[in-house]
Amino acid sequence: MSNTPIIELKNLSKSYPVAGKSFYALKDVSISFKKAEFTGVVGPSGSGKTTLLNIIGSLDSPSSGTALVLNNNISELTHSQAAKLRNHHIGFIFQVFNLLPVYTVYENVEFALLLQNFSAEKRKKMVLEALEWVGLQDHKDKKPDKLSGGESQRVAIARAMVKSPKILLADEPTANLDAENAHSILKTMKTLNKELDTTFIFSTHDEKVMKYLSRTIVLKDGKIDKERANKSRT
Amino acid sequence: MINFLIKGILRDRTKSLIPICVITIGVSITVFMAGFVKGVMSDFVSTTAKLDSGHLKIMTKPYYENKDQIPNDLAILNLSMLTRTLDSSFPNLKWVPRIKFGGILDVPDKNGETILQGPGIGLGIHLFDKSKGELARLSINKSLIRGSIPNSPDEIILSESFSRKLKVNPGDLVTYFGATMEGSMVFESFKMSGTVNFGNPVLDKSTFIIDFNEAQKILDMENGTGELLGFFNNDIYDDVSSLKIEKSFNASYENSSDEFAPIMVSLRNQNDLGSTIDLINTFSSIFIFIFVLAMSMVLWNTGLIGGLRRFQEFGIRLAIGESKRHVYFSLLIESFFIGLIGSSIGTFLGVSFCYYMQENGIDISAALENSAIIFPSVLKAEVTPDLFYIGFIPGLLSMVFGSSLSGRGIFRRNTANLFKELEV
Ligand SMILES: Nc1ncnc2c1ncn2[C@@H]1O[C@H](COP(=O)(O)OP(=O)(O)O)[C@@H](O)[C@H]1O
Ligand SMILES: [Mg+2]
Repeated sequence: MSNTPIIELKNLSKSYPVAGKSFYALKDVSISFKKAEFTGVVGPSGSGKTTLLNIIGSLDSPSSGTALVLNNNISELTHSQAAKLRNHHIGFIFQVFNLLPVYTVYENVEFALLLQNFSAEKRKKMVLEALEWVGLQDHKDKKPDKLSGGESQRVAIARAMVKSPKILLADEPTANLDAENAHSILKTMKTLNKELDTTFIFSTHDEKVMKYLSRTIVLKDGKIDKERANKSRT
Repeated sequence: MINFLIKGILRDRTKSLIPICVITIGVSITVFMAGFVKGVMSDFVSTTAKLDSGHLKIMTKPYYENKDQIPNDLAILNLSMLTRTLDSSFPNLKWVPRIKFGGILDVPDKNGETILQGPGIGLGIHLFDKSKGELARLSINKSLIRGSIPNSPDEIILSESFSRKLKVNPGDLVTYFGATMEGSMVFESFKMSGTVNFGNPVLDKSTFIIDFNEAQKILDMENGTGELLGFFNNDIYDDVSSLKIEKSFNASYENSSDEFAPIMVSLRNQNDLGSTIDLINTFSSIFIFIFVLAMSMVLWNTGLIGGLRRFQEFGIRLAIGESKRHVYFSLLIESFFIGLIGSSIGTFLGVSFCYYMQENGIDISAALENSAIIFPSVLKAEVTPDLFYIGFIPGLLSMVFGSSLSGRGIFRRNTANLFKELEV
């Protein structure tokens, strides 16, 4: 079971019209991801990492090629089907601006559950549990502006994970963090990856992240440059 | 979800307080201006009606054609019969005769020698016949400055400024010099009982008032009157029905061979009042339209300025799995309620302020000192039913309209771009 890919990209390209010509942010990318992977997409700025994650997350659609995510062809989804896919199965963490400033930590996490019909009681249980995963139970009533960068990213993780998604996409989650916070966040994510069998896909160009990855995909100018599996860690 | 969005609105001032303030201000100003224009307008109409034109006025045709000269030789001479006919034909109107007449008031010393004299306009109105309601209509009691209202036919009231000019005080004697309707000389002594100030520059200049019956008598106008004024029983000028009445009355005299046949003229058709009314109404409509437009622009901008902050919110909501349509509609509903709140408060404030201005008003008599038209010297607002929607609906619509436009702007972008905007 765990060997069947849950994400399959075939000859995926994404181009933008720039100055009358097509500029390829992604070019002929073919790759697949299996359940419970902990994979990093690595590459310099502008190499297409964000574009790749956004297509997998159905926030964007490919110009050509196919992207199959949990058996959904991303190009063929309607807006509301894509929304539903995200709602139930995909969690996002961004580099910055993850949290809504007017809501408390608790509410930010709860937000992810409101579109599904959980009872208030169930929601509360789930939110508190998610906050426990990231060690922020005591901060649940704070507003985001009272949190450090590391804490904010932890809340973002809690919000992305609270619905136990099949896939978690994190776009340079440690880029704005110091080493200590970066490591602690990576550890948290790694733990969740193991406990919940969620497939984690990162984009990063942060060296600190590399050693946590079980698989690394290197992007360069929108193409896969090389790929390696890291066997080193347990 | 709804609770959640409401919480967000309440906590984020750029979503709630600021647009609510903009709408409140815009709506209240619109409402107030509308009420103010209305109030001044209807005050203007009702003052004109009471002091001069009536809601309808009957004169003989030749009198009407020369009315500036107050030609009492062309007066109506079958007053009682005419009044009876009118009472039965138009039961919702009340008819009161008034005689205007020119002449000189002379102030004699003990020996009858003239101390001072000056030309004035006399007004013969029913002072003693309560059923005619003239005292109330001209609010003579309220306008009284010195002395009292006449108690007998040989008493006279002067406008305050005329009495000052003639240096007479209540109790003093004045002599009226003038002519009867046939042209013979008249001089008649009156005791001045008091002075009035109508708050109307035209009337306040050099008017004197005596009882209608007395005026008939000294001017030799038995069963006659210069003018016969009609007032709707509810005291409110009704443009449409007054025109109808005017038409039907005049139709009945169309083929009359009598050169002194009466003619009825509605308030609208007297002294070009109609075009003044229309002009003011047009201006106020244009004003309100422009105001609503400006308010929409401001709201739209408020929406757009909030937009960048909202990219973040929308981006996160979309990423979490809300559909575009859901986000968009929640934005519209949100702005609908913000508009509702702002418009309600704005309407409430506007109407309250109008009400205050209806009860109080601004005194502009100083500015009108030398004005030639009858115009109220205290500007008042008026609370009418349409004030409750004239600002409310545009306030609501402009908010929804503004955010639907700014919302569309955001939604035309690719979803992914919402996030790229955030990357900075
Ligand atoms: N909407 C767009 N229009 C034009 N070019 C774009 C657009 N979005 C991204 N790009 C370009 O595509 C390339 C890849 O972008 P991105 O996926 O954001 O790279 P990364 O996340 O690796 O920095 C960049 O060169 C970027 O300028
Ligand atoms: Mg990027």
